[in-house]
Amino acid sequence: MLEIRELYASIGEKEILRGVNLTVKPGEVHAIMGPNGSGKSTLSSVIAGREEYQVTSGDVLWDGKSILELAPEERAHLGLFLGFQYPVEIPGVSVSNFVKTALNAVRAARGEEALDASSMLKKMREALQLLEMDKGFLSRSLNEGFSGGEKKRNEIFQMAMLEPRLAILDETDSGLDIDALRIVAQGVNGLRSAKASFVVITHYQRLLDYIIPDVVHVLLNGRIVKVGDKSLAYALEERGYDWIKKEVE
Amino acid sequence: MNDRLSAQYWLHEKELTAYSSDAVRDRRRRAMELFEAKGFPSQRDEDWKYSSLKPVLSPHYALNSPCAALEDEHLEYADIKRFLVNELDAYRVVFLNGRYTSWLSDTTHQGFDVCTLSSAWKKYPETIERYFAQLTEDLGPLAQLNTALAWDGIYVVVPDNVVVDRPIQLLSFTSGSEPRAIQVRNLVVLGVNSQVEIIERHQSLSDQPTWTNSVDEAYLAEGAQLRWVKLQHDGPLASMTQHTRIQQDRSSRSQVHTISTGGRFIRNNLDIVLNGPGAEARMLGLTLGKGKQLVDHHTLVDHRAPNCISHENYKGIYDEGSKGVFNGRIYVHREAQKTDAYQQNANLVLHKTAEVNAKPQLEIFADDVRCSHGCTVGQLDEDALFYLRARGIREPEARAMLMLAFAEDALAGIDHPSLNAKLHKLIAGKLGVDLTLDL
Ligand SMILES: Nc1ncnc2c1ncn2[C@@H]1O[C@H](COP(=O)(O)OP(=O)(O)OP(=O)(O)O)[C@@H](O)[C@H]1O
Ligand SMILES: [Mg+2]
Repeated sequence: MLEIRELYASIGEKEILRGVNLTVKPGEVHAIMGPNGSGKSTLSSVIAGREEYQVTSGDVLWDGKSILELAPEERAHLGLFLGFQYPVEIPGVSVSNFVKTALNAVRAARGEEALDASSMLKKMREALQLLEMDKGFLSRSLNEGFSGGEKKRNEIFQMAMLEPRLAILDETDSGLDIDALRIVAQGVNGLRSAKASFVVITHYQRLLDYIIPDVVHVLLNGRIVKVGDKSLAYALEERGYDWIKKEVE
Repeated sequence: MNDRLSAQYWLHEKELTAYSSDAVRDRRRRAMELFEAKGFPSQRDEDWKYSSLKPVLSPHYALNSPCAALEDEHLEYADIKRFLVNELDAYRVVFLNGRYTSWLSDTTHQGFDVCTLSSAWKKYPETIERYFAQLTEDLGPLAQLNTALAWDGIYVVVPDNVVVDRPIQLLSFTSGSEPRAIQVRNLVVLGVNSQVEIIERHQSLSDQPTWTNSVDEAYLAEGAQLRWVKLQHDGPLASMTQHTRIQQDRSSRSQVHTISTGGRFIRNNLDIVLNGPGAEARMLGLTLGKGKQLVDHHTLVDHRAPNCISHENYKGIYDEGSKGVFNGRIYVHREAQKTDAYQQNANLVLHKTAEVNAKPQLEIFADDVRCSHGCTVGQLDEDALFYLRARGIREPEARAMLMLAFAEDALAGIDHPSLNAKLHKLIAGKLGVDLTLDL
């Protein structure tokens, strides 16, 4: 469903992605690991359509069609979701109205009617319950003053509401305590059973105990240099990246 | 223009002062003489540095008698309905080209006066003598011009311990086939512990340039409360110059919202004089500029007594071609110990052709005070915009959402849901989105 072909992207003069290839099939979970600054967040931003980055060559296909010309919102309408590494604080916009607006925008783009108030509320309640979140969240300003863990949970809450076909989770596990990690994994696995695909970016093998990946990729210097199964994550956790760097050289 | 206005005054002085005492007549005369001596402000004046009155003064305005009855023009309820907050049960005082239109109005004298200045000259000459032009003597030439030529506006006098049961909607329309210049004068006198709320709107109905020059004087006795919403959402050929001066006694409270979303040229002066200990003032402003608009806010909080609080929050969003000015002056006298003064002015500049000139001016002569101020000029947060869009919200809506969120706290304190809804609708319209989006 998602296919990235020989993708090169840069910001200004600086080339960050240097020939990324990645194919994700329906229902699959892919993990991307890699040292700081290797381009993981850049890759997710480019897939989600951040205009700041220039794609200099290669392509990103969704169900076989290029999405590089699409606006970020159009990609979301297709069913793409990006869980941000650093969710943005937006004072004055409440969580509930943000999620309502987003969900109805996605529905409208698909030619579906807006959810009525009670169905919307019901859906929100269920998502909150799944993520063991307090409903006080809903009336707070989006991410404003949220703790690191609360911000990440809020991302998963939005994901549960929007029910994407493919979610990229950029370090959603960073800053989560063990309980939160389990809860977040629950959110992911719930969707997974409905045939959604995931690209999970993480530094820690820990998360992959809960969300078992089909494929693990190592991104180094803007390129995927190694592909393996779950055991690769263990090896990385144990040995770091130096051996891979050497291998590449 | 100066000569024509001065001729208009001397020609009609007799009518204007027919019911007034010599003292009141002399106030008008002195005001006209001051105007004649000084003329209109120019950009050489520090206070008018960024705002040229030239486009306001260039049309050839029809200047007939300021107090003669309405000529041929007429207005029906259907013409004004959409400018009202209809769901609001309110007193209504409606003017057309500076003259009272009784058939569209709903005024009262039961327990308090909500009526017109034009009727008060004759009916309440003592109150007029006591209050008219007593706060405006030191103001600039535009206010002097108004003092000389003013005939009508609202007259609100509330006795001690009376709460005016409904808000007052003040609507001032301009119309006709010629350019119009009108003076509007509002007088508000609130007794001890009395309360009133005013919603003011000026609206041009013509395709000709219009200029409204308005002056408000408000006196708040001990414990009185005044709320005033000024909605400036006029058409692209309408100009507005306004000077509002509110004088507050002990423990009184004022709250003024100035919402400037339309019009060609707007100059607001808002002066709050905190005369008695423990008085409080809240001044909130929201400006949305676009196209050739210029919106100039000059505010003054004059802390003359101890333990007073002033809270000022002005927000501005300036799109292509528009220009904004914010000059916020806070003056704390030596006697005004324990003053708590807060001033915030935040601006979004959305386009390279838009411009804001913001200047806080703090003059503090007391030593035990808390004063804070902040002024920012920035752009829409691109990270926030991407965040919203990545969730499926289309760019125009995402932008509007961020702008509304930015603007929201300047609307704080407007408690009527219907007024609130109306304002949000106007603002959303101005931002170019059809907002079923609530925040
Ligand atoms: N907007 C930008 N301007 C300049 N450089 C950028 C920008 N965005 C990313 N970079 C650079 O691109 C490189 C890759 O950054 P990216 O955020 O994609 O790394 P990452 O793999 O997600 O790292 P981390 O594990 O720390 O999150 C870094 O060197 C970073 O400084
Ligand atoms: Mg990153």
